[in-house]
Amino acid sequence: MNLNWRLIIKNGLLGGIIAFYLSAIGMAETFSQRYLISTFLSTGQLFVAVGGVTAGILTARALKEDYKKSTAYIGSLLAGVFSSLPLILLIFLIQVLVIQQTGQEVIFRWRDMFVNFSPGLVAMLTFGQGLGLGIPLLILASALLAGLGATFILFPDRLRLAWLNGLIWMLGIGIFSENVTQILGQFGGRGLARFLFQQRTLNPIAAILIFAGAFAIAYFRVHKTVQNRWTGMPARQQKRGRTIGLVLGILLLISLPWMVGQFLSQALFMVGLYVMMGLGLNIVVGYAGLLDLGYVAFFAVGAYTMGILTSTGPLGQSDLSFWAVLPIAVLVGLAWGVFLGFPVLRMRGDYLAIVTLGFGEIIRILATSDWLAPFEGGPQGILHIPNPNFFGITMHQPQTMYYLVVAGSLLIAFVTIRLRESRLGRQWMAMREDEDVAEAMGINLVQTKLLAFSIGAAFSAMAGAIFAARLGNIFPHSFNLLISINALALIIVGGLGSIPGVIVGSLILVGLPELLREFTEYRLLMYGLLLIVMMLFRPEGFLPEETQKRELHADEEELAPLET
Amino acid sequence: MTIILKVDKVTKRFGGLVAVNSFSFEIKEGAIDSIIGPNGAGKTTLFNCITGFYKADEGEIIFNDHHIRGFSPDRVTNLGISRTYQNIRLFANMTAIENILVGQHPHLKTLWIEAILKNGRFKKEEAEALKEARRLLHYVGLSGLGDHLARNLPYGAQRRLEIARAIASKPKLLLLDEPTAGMNPNESAEMMHFIRNLRDELGISVLLIEHDMRVVMGISENISVMDFGQKIAEGTPKEIQRNPRVIEAYLGRGAAAGFETQTPASAG
Amino acid sequence: MLKRYFQNISWVDVFLRVFQIAALIVITIGIYNTVTTGRYTSAQWATLVFAGLAQGSVYALIALGYTLVYGILLMINFAHGEVYMAGAFTGVFLAQYLSNIGFLDSNPFLGVTALILLAGTVSTLIAVLLERIAYRPLRGAPRLVPLITAIGASFALQYTFRGLYGAEFRAYPAVKALSGLVNVFGFNVPLVQLVVLAAAVVFMVALYLFVERTKMGKAMRAVSEDKDVARLMGIDIDKVIVTTFAIGGALAGVAGVFNGLFRPQGVYFFMGFFPGLKAFTAAVLGGIGNLPGAMIGGLLLGVFESLFPNLILEGLGIPSANQLRDAFAFTMLVLILIFRPQGIFGERLAEKKA
Repeated sequence: MNLNWRLIIKNGLLGGIIAFYLSAIGMAETFSQRYLISTFLSTGQLFVAVGGVTAGILTARALKEDYKKSTAYIGSLLAGVFSSLPLILLIFLIQVLVIQQTGQEVIFRWRDMFVNFSPGLVAMLTFGQGLGLGIPLLILASALLAGLGATFILFPDRLRLAWLNGLIWMLGIGIFSENVTQILGQFGGRGLARFLFQQRTLNPIAAILIFAGAFAIAYFRVHKTVQNRWTGMPARQQKRGRTIGLVLGILLLISLPWMVGQFLSQALFMVGLYVMMGLGLNIVVGYAGLLDLGYVAFFAVGAYTMGILTSTGPLGQSDLSFWAVLPIAVLVGLAWGVFLGFPVLRMRGDYLAIVTLGFGEIIRILATSDWLAPFEGGPQGILHIPNPNFFGITMHQPQTMYYLVVAGSLLIAFVTIRLRESRLGRQWMAMREDEDVAEAMGINLVQTKLLAFSIGAAFSAMAGAIFAARLGNIFPHSFNLLISINALALIIVGGLGSIPGVIVGSLILVGLPELLREFTEYRLLMYGLLLIVMMLFRPEGFLPEETQKRELHADEEELAPLET
Repeated sequence: MTIILKVDKVTKRFGGLVAVNSFSFEIKEGAIDSIIGPNGAGKTTLFNCITGFYKADEGEIIFNDHHIRGFSPDRVTNLGISRTYQNIRLFANMTAIENILVGQHPHLKTLWIEAILKNGRFKKEEAEALKEARRLLHYVGLSGLGDHLARNLPYGAQRRLEIARAIASKPKLLLLDEPTAGMNPNESAEMMHFIRNLRDELGISVLLIEHDMRVVMGISENISVMDFGQKIAEGTPKEIQRNPRVIEAYLGRGAAAGFETQTPASAG
Repeated sequence: MLKRYFQNISWVDVFLRVFQIAALIVITIGIYNTVTTGRYTSAQWATLVFAGLAQGSVYALIALGYTLVYGILLMINFAHGEVYMAGAFTGVFLAQYLSNIGFLDSNPFLGVTALILLAGTVSTLIAVLLERIAYRPLRGAPRLVPLITAIGASFALQYTFRGLYGAEFRAYPAVKALSGLVNVFGFNVPLVQLVVLAAAVVFMVALYLFVERTKMGKAMRAVSEDKDVARLMGIDIDKVIVTTFAIGGALAGVAGVFNGLFRPQGVYFFMGFFPGLKAFTAAVLGGIGNLPGAMIGGLLLGVFESLFPNLILEGLGIPSANQLRDAFAFTMLVLILIFRPQGIFGERLAEKKA
């Protein structure tokens, strides 16, 4: 058997380095007590396992073409063995540098530097068995994980998909145990929840059942069967089915907050808020190609407009209602978009990015300063912003505010779609593709950019105003760079220029972290890595913008000769 | 015949380099004229000065009685000059038909508010624009390719799409920067025919930059020869072919003899 | 003739001109008020200037990294501030150790050299890794793509170091040999500021000589002129680019140590963000792509930033003007990019478009 050792070692070590990295920055140990399935598998272990699995996947993929399957499996297992080497190195480092230092009088404590090089991490990596037994176990486990990774590539297609499906559902329900419990609780499924989870972790039997169910559904292609029956239906029935689907969808959208409870409704509210912002930013970045990193500035403008005009506290300037101020906030956002956009729009790509970033920071610094404090409260912020009142109903719950962001998102999506299909939308895209040529097509760049910038700003201000009315008080530190980055990351992950992409991106990047609060510390790390990975491997995003069919869409008609 | 474009002693410098040096010429309405010259002679820079990409340092550019030196490109286009590029510059991630629709920009008038409201005027204008775009697509022989992304089109189709986009703005003067670059003799001949049709059917005056002597000599009514930013000759194809300075500029001293009888397919 | 002139200016030009004049008037009024009220003594001004110079030399060293990379790849390495953080944050542990064993006081020169070596190495490593993982695969992609990657890398690096070294502030120990005041032109100036300034100048001169005199430096200049031609001349582009990132990284690491020596505020994982942006401003101020420009831009920015709250804002009657210090660099960046995008020394970036 002639194996490609170089490749195996390279992929193995690569996987090992990933595991080493995730362990060294603390993702392994921090979540070592967060169990997914009984006390058998924890989230921390899952993170470490990523290394071995990656080694297996990479090796299997590389060997698949040129070797027999059995050889590819063996290669992957070997890569798994190599992937344990960095982890073993880590264990020894901790053993020598940290554990043997404890209790001694030393001047330099390595633990002070590498805060996550803890005895607990060693215990976790060696399965609590001590070094002698633990390290062979680690090597074995790594090899098995790589073998698991290899199955993701080498299993026959049908089996592979079912296998993946089963694992994803099992782990997914394990990770979202709390939310699943909550939702089941709302539907009187408390008994089911008690069966599934013991102390927030999946009970092993339930885990196996979930796995088996998901596996079977994928294996017997239930999805395909349903689809086949659907396409087999006559057109009229399909149309009726689609109408029913639409009605059900709308009903779901309406009843969703009442089904999932207060906590999840708040998460949905945040998702909706970011959908609004994402759609606005999508016009600026996705259509017009202007990288705006200071988008939070307009969000803050909207929020402060709402705060200053409706607050019942000492800073409130008027008694206007939420509904009166909302359009004002949008207009103020529009005006600020023009005002801030004017000087910077002659700059190109990367300069624009940095300058807008600067604007975002300037606004935040100004909002925090004593200078403007008499108007907007400085660091103390604006308090006592009333919740909106809708025909006598005060919208103080996240469930009711949810409707507001859904309505806002729909409105913005509507405007976006209309604009995209107009002359202005084409101007934006032409500008994104090639600014010089666009200008040579007779497009006034300043005007076109300014429109993108200020329409985007207006949408952001609208989101900000709703945000202020939801929270009831606003502070300058809520308007930091992260909001801009969040909004940017979600439209990129979803797919620049794509409206469904914004929703998907928002669900992934805003919804998930709201549910998985325990990961807060590592949220931005994951964002950063996600952005890099997306740009390297899928720059068009998960749901890329679709090209529009125009030529063949129109009815074929007589083509008259061209005249002038 | 009226003069549609008059370039008068235009000079463009980049630092110490004089790319275009006191260059003058005129184009009559309905003419097909060419500018030829070795690589780096400043032809494209001159195009850029006319279309507003660069501001000429000195001289005058007069288009239909407008002094356009220093105008921004969009204003120049709105006055009725349109162009193509040496290295094709389509909007790569837009479909062919969208490219043409962008080209129609100077003639579309609805406001963005109307687009949101989708009022009658907007619908009518969009429908007409789309119809016109499809007609243009047909005119350049790309029917059926309208919904393909521009970057996915074959090379020749991209060239023609670029021209379709340029004439979508209904220009009075069309500047073509090496329209036959990278084409075989058959395709070149077709392009020549096509350019002549543009003038005959649409009444557009054409100014070419071209290397392919067969095309230049076959199509042009008047040729200006440029070398090191200066005009070294002007005249009909016949006159230019006999001009020793031109031959010298192209082939260097001593090689002049062969040029007179045989025009090289692609000089420079 | 006049009509033609008006025809050629757009309303944007008019707006910008008005804006420019307004900015000048505000600044003049501020300075005038401050100077005429005599709020500060000349010694106080001198203190501010020297503090600004020391801070500015840190900006200058970071700015060189931006300018080097921009010169060669025409790309803003947005994560460069994090490269600086990596060195500074790692260096602080060695500094504390050396201080604890007394080495930093008994052998200050060797001690600081060791710090510089460590921080420089770490930063170099990070910069090279960054290039290899995040930028190299994207060469030739649309400009937005590497920029977004850089933003991602910036966050990933911040939180990697947070995970590695923890979230707390850690302060560089004071070096005894560098404490104390020196008399310069009759003003008392902290020694450490002068040393930092001088050392930074040494590094910058060394870099300048490297780029001007060595073979690698020539290759770097060739690549920045024209990548394709340079490749045809047999220059290994990848090697040149890696070297560029490495040098920029090393200088950022050095800057991290210097910053720690004279600023007691401490280092932490987010420390690179603002200096990174300010150094970028410095690079733009000097003319991006221009090495002496970055050096002088950095020093100028340091001094301006140090003087600005007291000199201009207090004259305008703004309370707690020092709170707005961080906003200054950004304001300045915007103003430069609007009114003189080529910076002080930069030639107008190639006008070439079509």
